[in-house]
Amino acid sequence: MTKSSIATKLSVMALLAASAVLTAQQPATPAAAPQQPTSVELRLTGEPGSPPRLAVPDLLALSPDRETQDAARTISEVLFADLDFEREFSLIPRDTYKSIPVAGSIDAVPFDRWRELGADGVVIGTVQKTPAGIRVEMRLYNVRARQSAYGREYTGSAANPRVYAHTMADELHDSQRQLRGVARTKLTFISDRNREAVVATVEKRDVKEVFIADYDGVNQRRITINRTMNLYPNWSPDGRSIVYTSYRSGVPDLLISNIYAGTMESPTKGVGQNWLPVFSPDGSRIAFTSSRDGNSELYVINRDGSNLVRLTNNPSIDSTPTWSPTGTQIAFTSDRRGQPQIFVVNTDGTGLRQISFESYADRPTWSPAPYNEIAFAARTGPGFDIKILAIGSGETRQITFGEGSNESPAWAPNGRHMAFMSTRAGRSQIFTVDRDGRNMRQITKDGNNTTPNWSQ
Amino acid sequence: MNRRAHSLMVMVVLLSVVVGACSKKTPPVARPMPPPMPTATAPPPPPPPPNPVAEPVPVPPMPVEDTIGSKSLDDLNRDSPLKPLFFALDSSEVDADGQVTLQANAAVLKQFPTWQITIEGHCDERGTAEYNLALGERRALAARTYLVSLGIPADKVKTVSYGKEFPFDAGHDEAAWTKNRRAHFVITAK
Repeated sequence: MTKSSIATKLSVMALLAASAVLTAQQPATPAAAPQQPTSVELRLTGEPGSPPRLAVPDLLALSPDRETQDAARTISEVLFADLDFEREFSLIPRDTYKSIPVAGSIDAVPFDRWRELGADGVVIGTVQKTPAGIRVEMRLYNVRARQSAYGREYTGSAANPRVYAHTMADELHDSQRQLRGVARTKLTFISDRNREAVVATVEKRDVKEVFIADYDGVNQRRITINRTMNLYPNWSPDGRSIVYTSYRSGVPDLLISNIYAGTMESPTKGVGQNWLPVFSPDGSRIAFTSSRDGNSELYVINRDGSNLVRLTNNPSIDSTPTWSPTGTQIAFTSDRRGQPQIFVVNTDGTGLRQISFESYADRPTWSPAPYNEIAFAARTGPGFDIKILAIGSGETRQITFGEGSNESPAWAPNGRHMAFMSTRAGRSQIFTVDRDGRNMRQITKDGNNTTPNWSQ
Repeated sequence: MNRRAHSLMVMVVLLSVVVGACSKKTPPVARPMPPPMPTATAPPPPPPPPNPVAEPVPVPPMPVEDTIGSKSLDDLNRDSPLKPLFFALDSSEVDADGQVTLQANAAVLKQFPTWQITIEGHCDERGTAEYNLALGERRALAARTYLVSLGIPADKVKTVSYGKEFPFDAGHDEAAWTKNRRAHFVITAK
């Protein structure tokens, strides 16, 4: 096990404890207790050169009530979708094994039937009603070895069964593929779906508020209620705060919403006009754009408003900062050499260099490790397309190809996916896509939805 | 036109004098001298016109001032005496047309020195959302700088950028884009 995956596991536990939605326990059976050697030993493998083939049949509902039955089906459907999303397993379509009986225990798993289907692994589980909610047990079986490769038991509320599936998916990716999955991550974005009018203006303008959603677009919820324009939400690394640009005071300024505590912070304390905030990788600082000294320049400030540092100083527009994963460099947009292009500068203001040479480029977003890449929006015709620049080689590849206008890319925390906004479906909507341009999914449908950001 | 009317009148006066002179049937030798006199006596008719012309001049400003002064802020902004200024693609330069617009706006603002205004910078959808926020700001600042150069006090003029977030025309063609690349004036206090 690598250091990072242990860290991930610890943060998983911290998250679970903090949210008090789930409590995960090691199963009572010794199978998964000596977890590290066991998972390595029994890790699923597929045919040489292809990912393991996996079946995810319905979990068995051990209680006859409707809620438990629904939870069992939802968890297996969501788990299937979560595992499919990372493309690390080859998921066998669920309708091809409807006739295989669901097993309640390891003795009852019909391994021959699963082997006939061509499955390398099968996820079997149960859902049982408890006084406090539900207990969910899930096991990944290695079909050829006829043994449990991974197992977990969770107890918690029955209010959102999807959380059990998301947690299981992340743990399966971690234990089987050494991958940090994104099943429990969230998106934040701006939407005008409520069609409320901005106050104090004679023009008809719809308010734009901050929303959040699960990574797959489910559970979309409004976060701000200030009935003005809010733009460019950005998650804190711990996923408990969102910093954004709000016109609540009449001009753009930074606000932080602590979304579970229901409190707000104003890091810039009303000084000047400030927009496009981005949390540093450790969450202690915020890079942003401000015209406080006369024109658009880049600044970094501590989250508590102390230690303001100015990074750029020239009469051109400098805007749209993004942190490198180590927090030592910032990429941004500048039109100091004509049209807007992407530049990189060290956080102490040294080492400035231009890295994009497009007709027009904006919204750089620096990929997390292990990919040293910057995604951005480039003008390719009447509209924009998403491109990815590999910083090491300087090579650029294109992800979208002129279907609508495509802007504002934002990386998933594992660097394998991006959220972006596109007009390909008519109005502006949020989509996700993998870093190779495949697996395009529409996340929003209601109103105009813009400027997404993906939680850690 | 005025000169021609004036000389026509002089001719008429001269003719009538000549006709009158002829009707007297007095010895013609001594009479030719008076003609200079009629030109001197002719001016009296022109003076009357100047009076009626001078009177209407001060009248128009009064009613204009009254209607603007009595309007609510919302009514003022709905049919604003301050006209928007338009920009070229990706540009924040105040062009010749823009200067004429700003000079007219400055004239209105000098008439109403208590007004506070906000200049909103707007962009069309052909720029990115992020860059457009800075571009809209630069447009608003360019309009403000020009107004201040015309003598409008800087503390009366605020700026804000809305990027491409609130287009005035929701269309996706040049006609719409032209309307959306603008500095828009909002009166915030009287």
